[in-house]
Amino acid sequence: MKINHKLALIVLFLALISYPGSFVFSQGVSSDELIKNAKEYDGKLVTYTGEAIGDVMLRGEFAWVNINDGENALGVWMGAALAKEIKFVGNYKTRGDRLEVVGIFHRACLEHGGDLDIHAQELRKLGNGRVVNQRLNMDKKNLSLILFGALLLIWILTLFRSK
Amino acid sequence: MILKPRLEDLKIIGFYLGKIILGLAFTMAIPILAGLCFGELNPALDFFIGIEISVFLGLLLLKICHTDKDLNWMQGMIVVSLSWVVAMLLGAIPLYLSGHWKSFLDACFDAMSGFATTGLVLVQDLDHLSYTHNLWRHLIMFLGGQGIVVIALSFFVRGFSGALKMYVGEARDEKILPNVVHTSRFIWLVSFVYLALGTIALGITGIFNGMQPLNSFFHGACIFMAAFDTGGFSPQSQNILYYHSLAYEVITIIIMVLGALNFKLHYHLWMGNRREIFKNIETSTLFVTIIATFSIVAVGLTKIGSYPSAITLFRKGFYQLISGHTGTGFQTIYPQQFLVDWNHLALVGIILAMSLGGAVCSTTGAIKMLRIGIIFKAFKEDLKRIIMPERAIVIEKFHHVKEVFLEDRMVRSALIITLAYIILYGLGALVGMFYGHSFLSALFESTSAAANVGLSCGITNIAMPVALKVTYIVQMWAGRLEFMSVFTILGFLIAIIKGK
Repeated sequence: MKINHKLALIVLFLALISYPGSFVFSQGVSSDELIKNAKEYDGKLVTYTGEAIGDVMLRGEFAWVNINDGENALGVWMGAALAKEIKFVGNYKTRGDRLEVVGIFHRACLEHGGDLDIHAQELRKLGNGRVVNQRLNMDKKNLSLILFGALLLIWILTLFRSK
Repeated sequence: MILKPRLEDLKIIGFYLGKIILGLAFTMAIPILAGLCFGELNPALDFFIGIEISVFLGLLLLKICHTDKDLNWMQGMIVVSLSWVVAMLLGAIPLYLSGHWKSFLDACFDAMSGFATTGLVLVQDLDHLSYTHNLWRHLIMFLGGQGIVVIALSFFVRGFSGALKMYVGEARDEKILPNVVHTSRFIWLVSFVYLALGTIALGITGIFNGMQPLNSFFHGACIFMAAFDTGGFSPQSQNILYYHSLAYEVITIIIMVLGALNFKLHYHLWMGNRREIFKNIETSTLFVTIIATFSIVAVGLTKIGSYPSAITLFRKGFYQLISGHTGTGFQTIYPQQFLVDWNHLALVGIILAMSLGGAVCSTTGAIKMLRIGIIFKAFKEDLKRIIMPERAIVIEKFHHVKEVFLEDRMVRSALIITLAYIILYGLGALVGMFYGHSFLSALFESTSAAANVGLSCGITNIAMPVALKVTYIVQMWAGRLEFMSVFTILGFLIAIIKGK
């Protein structure tokens, strides 16, 4: 039994060192942390969370999705099948899906012209995006009406003065 | 004895300023139309308020300061420099109302950055900004690149002799056609033709990159305006990195270079005189300085091993360099990467490129190629004088549309403007250092602001001190107007205080 325990520990240890970082960075890192300490994280497995923004840009069997964590947006390269899970992307009228990506971080990706990016291995949707209801801002409406009245008044005064 | 300005001077300045404000107000109708088309009512209201305030102010100035008199040189210069300040204040109103700028000063910073085609930004949550506001951000680059006064001259002012004074005051010392109004209209013709071609090229590339067609063409138009006017804004927070596309980078490089060329050169190319591009002193100087500064960047990046291959090094290094040299400010790296991934040598290469700029009578800022070429020719002439026998007559010539003999007054003028830019870069760096930034990063950001570039190493952010924001605004303004109008308004203010 003791030998089996030792063997299991050795196997576990080997698994840990052959996949460095997967445990260290599984808590999630911010974009700021990744950009500022890019050399430390380069080639490591990271967990990154944020909102999908802009466009899901399909490129053959893959896709680029830019994910914004509130500090910066990072480009995430993923399989087209994973990208299909994304229903909402953030823009003026919508809030994008909130995603958690587990993938390999590249400080200067050789495959993508030196871009700082993440190659996703897993994608989890933490929250669904939504269409943002845009109500007319009454303060702005009133202000524009008051200014319009003032302009009209100037125009009328000009007419009187010219007569 | 300094003469105190008369009331008549103030009336003339006010009257022409009113005309330019009205011209600017009408440009706000474009985002209103866009807002209505995109169904963005609140953003459209922001511009409605902006247009109302502008028309109100413009009409008020026209009424109070009504005059039939023409501008003299001093008044023309003051109208120009004040126009840019007023444009900043009025252009910032709709931006501030959107709620994406933390303070009115931040909105003014971005408005001046846009009009002066710089590209430094303080906008928050850009990825959720409306189409309407994004269009305005890029439109003000397009308007500022051509020149605010050029707009007024082209569309709102009928030929009057004061036009030339305002045209020159806006750092455009070359006329393409005999009449400045015709010159202004030619500048717009060139810009609109390229706008159509550039938008189509970028729009189609965007669709191939996987973008939605509407978004793709909207981005295409915005990116074109920012690239051709060497501005550097982008609809997304990641700037050009958002697109992850080599094709997009290549097309924007072509547009940036086109924007950095002299409009006079464009005119000759349009007229079929293609040899001019090879003979012109500006294009040859630009070619040499690009190679020289890129060599510095490449050596720096190679030494530190920033990129895993020569191709990636070239793609990243050359893009930031061309963007800096043409005064655009597009980035395919994050601002912080300049400080963490690039070494000092590479940064110096970029700073040098930014400080030089593109051609005169283009949309770029900075010292500019004609002046660099003239200074180089003057050095060459002096060296010849030393080497050759005393009796030898040394004559230096250069080609700029026609053969021009180098004269001392040209060298003097080129050296004065160059010196003024170096002082402006240095002063901004001192303020940056005062707030705790390293010499190189402070110089980088200062040069970027004063040369109207827009590359950032991360200093420009909402948390930076108010004094630094104001410093960069003044640098962008003075750098764009090339000092003459700024000096005139300073002199005018002194005359108001001390004059008799």
